Amino acid sequence: MAAYEKVFDTLGLREWCDAEKEEAPMSMAQLLAQAQGEEGAAADAPILPFPSLDVLHEACAQIGQTRDLTEGLERGFLSIRNELKFVLDPLTQPLSWALDGTLYVFESAPWWIMIPILVIVSWFASRSRGVTAFVGLVLLFFAAIDHYDVAMQTMAIVFVCTGLSVLFGVPIGIGMSKSNTAQRIIIPILDLLQTLPTFVYLIPLIFLFSVTESKLYGIAIILYAIVPVIRLTDLGIRLVDKDVIEAANAFGMNAQQKLTRVELPLALPNIMAGVNQTIMMSLAMVVIASLVSAPGLGVLVLRGIRNLELGVGIVAGLGIVLLAVILDRVSKAALSRVDKQRGHH
Amino acid sequence: MTAKVAIKELYKIFGQRDKEMVQLVKDGMDKPTLLDQHGHVLGLQDISVDMQAGEITVIMGLSGSGKSTLIRHLNRLIEPTAGEILVDGQDVMKLGQADLRALRQKQMSMVFQKFALLPHRTVLQNAEMPLSVQGLDADTQERDARKWLDRVGLAGFEDRFPAQLSGGMQQRVGIARALTANTDIMLMDEAFSALDPLIRTDMQDLLLELQKELHKTIVFITHDLDEALKLADHLVILKDGAIVQQGEPQHILLNPNDPYIEDFVSDINRARVLRVRSIMEPVDRDSFDGDVDADSSLERLIAQSDGDTGLVYRVMQDGAQIGQLNMKQLVKALVPRARSDAKGASSPK
Ligand SMILES: Nc1ncnc2c1ncn2[C@@H]1O[C@H](COP(=O)(O)OP(=O)(O)OP(=O)(O)O)[C@@H](O)[C@H]1O
Ligand SMILES: [Mg+2]
Repeated sequence: MAAYEKVFDTLGLREWCDAEKEEAPMSMAQLLAQAQGEEGAAADAPILPFPSLDVLHEACAQIGQTRDLTEGLERGFLSIRNELKFVLDPLTQPLSWALDGTLYVFESAPWWIMIPILVIVSWFASRSRGVTAFVGLVLLFFAAIDHYDVAMQTMAIVFVCTGLSVLFGVPIGIGMSKSNTAQRIIIPILDLLQTLPTFVYLIPLIFLFSVTESKLYGIAIILYAIVPVIRLTDLGIRLVDKDVIEAANAFGMNAQQKLTRVELPLALPNIMAGVNQTIMMSLAMVVIASLVSAPGLGVLVLRGIRNLELGVGIVAGLGIVLLAVILDRVSKAALSRVDKQRGHH
Repeated sequence: MTAKVAIKELYKIFGQRDKEMVQLVKDGMDKPTLLDQHGHVLGLQDISVDMQAGEITVIMGLSGSGKSTLIRHLNRLIEPTAGEILVDGQDVMKLGQADLRALRQKQMSMVFQKFALLPHRTVLQNAEMPLSVQGLDADTQERDARKWLDRVGLAGFEDRFPAQLSGGMQQRVGIARALTANTDIMLMDEAFSALDPLIRTDMQDLLLELQKELHKTIVFITHDLDEALKLADHLVILKDGAIVQQGEPQHILLNPNDPYIEDFVSDINRARVLRVRSIMEPVDRDSFDGDVDADSSLERLIAQSDGDTGLVYRVMQDGAQIGQLNMKQLVKALVPRARSDAKGASSPK
């Protein structure tokens, strides 16, 4: 006799419970119990099991099983899937184009054009000879060990996703800094995005988009990497010296002048710190995204795991570290250049 | 003569239901009681001040007396709870957003205690800021900014960043910025309080020198009596958000109407601050031991008399006699009334 049956009996709910009694599919626990034989199950049954859905279901068929919950969620999602797809597909299509286009450019440009361009870009961003030389060396190293193509693919994805994260993250951060209500609503969402295990992102996305579309991993990366830009833009603007804001008001600036001439420039060091973190996080996510067909170094890491090709996996992993280091150095050098320019030493 | 800036029965109460609290304050509730019983902070109560064109009005009071709150009402950085603020006869409270910005751009500029310069802009760009906000052309901006930077002694520093300058120099940029705005009215909130004493004296001299030339209407805030007496044409003394006394500084010094002010003035070097004009008497004799200028300080007269208290001087202004000064009278004026009272009270015992 299942636990809690008495409870339903004394409450006089027995009839209601048995009203639509049909053979519900057995739960895993029941199956196991059956396999072990009746007596064993009775002996093993705890004296007072927690009245969970499954336990109550045994006593009263009207109460659903936990499986119904997850199934319901799945069914709910599937039932709105087409509508969601109808809205999201065209909205996110540009992301696919951006990713495919950039990947095409990074892959098809010959190395003797791409490497100099990247070196020049890092010079203009960092203005540091050491950093620039280091970037050049790392790129040549990738080429030397035949990892140039995959490294470029990874870099292309990181660039696109970081760029879009900044494009959307900064305005969201500005909005958050201007309204406490917006901040109260957005912060839990950011917390959620940051703490969800990265694989969990992929689950609903796989249902929505086909795995062959690049926007699938693009969205996953951006959702994960956009968080620091938003947070630090909001923080940066809120931390702007109140005295300077007051001066801006006292000299008659309007809201837009205040934003572009005072708040954003003063928040810039914080925003750039956010961009730096965003770059690092998209790099981390790009590896996981190779599970859903994102090209690049992550694919090699995955191959290393799947086929137990130790060397391939380790080299690709170290390659990712090197990429992370150069991206980090260049963006940090850019940040400290901004700081220095203002005469802080 | 109508005042350039007139504040009329201004009240400021910080809190959610400030409008309801005004009546309580008008009925005589004081600051601690209001805070205790209603959780509202009394910022300002019943402030009425007329600020004349071309004068320096100094608002003085201890920390927390509401000075900053008061000056921020003039350009409506803070909204009053009740009362009127008239600038050139125009009620600032009736201005819409656009008109208010125009007032802040064209009629009032401000200098801040912590300088509040834009750290990512050069000295020149900081000085240009008020004009660039108004959207003037780049040439005008640069010409005016350079002119005023030059005037405050910062020629050659145009391309530095604020963080590369000393505090005194940063505040010169702050003053140049306010002057570039070319407004009639200048608001200065403890503009020199963050500077060390020597630099501070320099800056005061600079301000007086500029004022002689420009005749702005200046509202200057300080908690320092020496500074107040040096700069003020009109002195307003605040305590707990209310005016305790206002008027001509020399007059307040000689006739403090409140123990709070007596405390304030008792530590001052009166010989340096008081002018002959303020303590002279009507003429009642023909022979004098010498002449003295009406605006000369008592200190100078003491030096001139060599400390002889028996002398009587003729007080002159623009070549004409306007009064006389007995050295005995001078010595009496040097002792603050609070102290002389204290002595008188304790001696009979
Ligand atoms: N936003 C506010 N909310 C509540 N109370 C305030 C607010 N701003 C100022 N006050 C209170 O108003 C009073 C006057 O403050 P104010 O800053 O004007 O003083 P102050 O004379 O400028 O002092 P200081 O010399 O320290 O600058 C203080 O008691 C302060 O606590
Ligand atoms: Mg203050």
